[in-house]
Amino acid sequence: MIPYFLAIVLLAVGVYAIACKRNLIKVIIGSMICEYAVNLFLILMGYRWTATGAPIRTPAMDKAAGSADVVQRAQHFANISVDALPQALILTSIVIGLGMTALLAAMAIRLHEKYGTFDVAEMRKLQG
Amino acid sequence: MRDMLPLLVALPLGVGFLMPLLEKLREPEWLIDLLATLAALALLGMSVSLVGTANMDYWMGAWKGASGIFGIQLVCDGLTRLMLVTVHIVALAAVLFSTQYMRRYTSKGFYFCLFFLMLAGMNGVVLTGDMFNLFVFIEVASIASYSLVAFGCESEELEASFKYLILGSLASTFVLFGVGILYNLTGTLNMAQIRAQIPALADPKAPNLALYVAAGFLVMGLGLKAAMVPFHAWLPDAHPAAPAPISAMLSGVLIKALGVYALARVFFSVLGPSTEYAAVLMTLGALSMLGGVLLAVGQWDFKRLLAYHSISQMGYVVLALGVGAAVLAKGGPKPVAGLAIFGGLFHLFNHAAFKSLLFLCSGATEYATGTRQLKELGGLAHRMPLTSGCCRVASLSIAGVPPFNGFWSKLIIIVATAQAGYPWLAALAALVAFLTLVSFVKVQRYVIAGELPAPLQGVTEVPAAMQLAMALLAVVCLAAGVLAPFLMAPHIGFLDQAASALMPGLEAAKAVAVGGIAP
Repeated sequence: MIPYFLAIVLLAVGVYAIACKRNLIKVIIGSMICEYAVNLFLILMGYRWTATGAPIRTPAMDKAAGSADVVQRAQHFANISVDALPQALILTSIVIGLGMTALLAAMAIRLHEKYGTFDVAEMRKLQG
Repeated sequence: MRDMLPLLVALPLGVGFLMPLLEKLREPEWLIDLLATLAALALLGMSVSLVGTANMDYWMGAWKGASGIFGIQLVCDGLTRLMLVTVHIVALAAVLFSTQYMRRYTSKGFYFCLFFLMLAGMNGVVLTGDMFNLFVFIEVASIASYSLVAFGCESEELEASFKYLILGSLASTFVLFGVGILYNLTGTLNMAQIRAQIPALADPKAPNLALYVAAGFLVMGLGLKAAMVPFHAWLPDAHPAAPAPISAMLSGVLIKALGVYALARVFFSVLGPSTEYAAVLMTLGALSMLGGVLLAVGQWDFKRLLAYHSISQMGYVVLALGVGAAVLAKGGPKPVAGLAIFGGLFHLFNHAAFKSLLFLCSGATEYATGTRQLKELGGLAHRMPLTSGCCRVASLSIAGVPPFNGFWSKLIIIVATAQAGYPWLAALAALVAFLTLVSFVKVQRYVIAGELPAPLQGVTEVPAAMQLAMALLAVVCLAAGVLAPFLMAPHIGFLDQAASALMPGLEAAKAVAVGGIAP
């Protein structure tokens, strides 16, 4: 329950920045906060309190399993590891976020060239 | 056949990245045009060849594993086939149109690079059978589209694109949040496997609230991508700011593939139709239908008017899908649900054809006259006969005048909505159809009919490639309109049979209705 709560609070902070800030750079930071809220959520969901280390299987772990059976060793490994799939997912999501932030920053620079300001309120070429 | 599925994503990716290389090597421009046209033709050919095949799936790298949890699956069912054909018809027309139209912009190579990346993303979205890949492909297509909206680099375009980018990135965040919650609940990302676990989670006695949080985030995210009415703010800026062929792609297929298709897939195939979701879809649909058209009536910018109509017409599709879901969830008559979904998907195809055609027509008039303000245009019927003719066909189609395709799909949606027990929504749909007609009478009056204004005396018809692109879409509009009664005639009195009719969309509706995509 706590990860949901934390992530939604952080997401709300980001949405607030996007909706209420007038400076383009602060809006970009708001969108990054939103991304990180979700990344953090995925990582927290994949975490297990029983985990002891990085999810990399070592001979020592197999020995600690106390059995020669492959399935039991794998079971032991799974029990003492965090879920590695969300980590792979957020790796992808971070890369996508990087591309998005780079594009946002590039556009903010171009807009600054056109208007000489980062203030959204002074960019009024578009109606509604 | 099966091996063609990854190729549908790989081919546009490969062609896309070849384009900047050709540009760097200073190859002649016709080579870039030729390569783009051939690639679009090949993709259309591939998707047409998939029509009528059985449902199939493909595991990337043959990595299925014992459980199949971690493999990446591509799925091709009826809905996917319909979307593929729709996307590639519009893409071919847009490529043909771009070969001439994009001459006035610099660096055509980079333009086609982004164009094919967007196409690869859309193909990925409609093919994937995996929630996380859905998110990734949505991002691929979206990022390409953000850059394409800003392609002109004028302040208006940059502003529109910035707005689109911020809202688009927020939408993606919501989608990823929803996908993350679903993964947490079910331990898998595969759509069919998630579907198998949903009944236990949605048990009415002890429903899992997290499931509804996930559904809420997915509705917000995909609703933003589809520009449904509370989330529509970016569309009327972004679509007119893009170059005309890109407006055609964005309005014609991007909001459908990323928004409506993904919504339909998530709510029918993954979460399963329920009365709550159906109510949400119907509300969104009705709001968009009415809000879009009311905002469109007062517009004087040709492309902005068309953009607002896109919101309204997408409302029809979502409304029809919602009605279908409501009937299915209540255990009502399957034929009525099938009819509603069939109408929605038919309208989706029709809208892709006529709205792309309208955007290409607006691009052609802008190309020839240099303006897109309705009040500055007029009397183009004799100067630009083909553009005017195509514009007429498309306007009559979107307005729902009988022989054209828009009439049939709107009729089916209205009939199905009324039969499903929502007479007020059916009346609303009819009212919106009337307002659409009014709005397009205005377009006809100010663009095609009337006196030729003095500054436009020297206007001539656009180049042949652009004419060909418009003619292609006009033929699609006419064919879908004229053939529709022949396709449906034996079934008009037998609505129960309509659920097993001929169109690819209906097959999809059936596949969706029984709750699944091929495992």
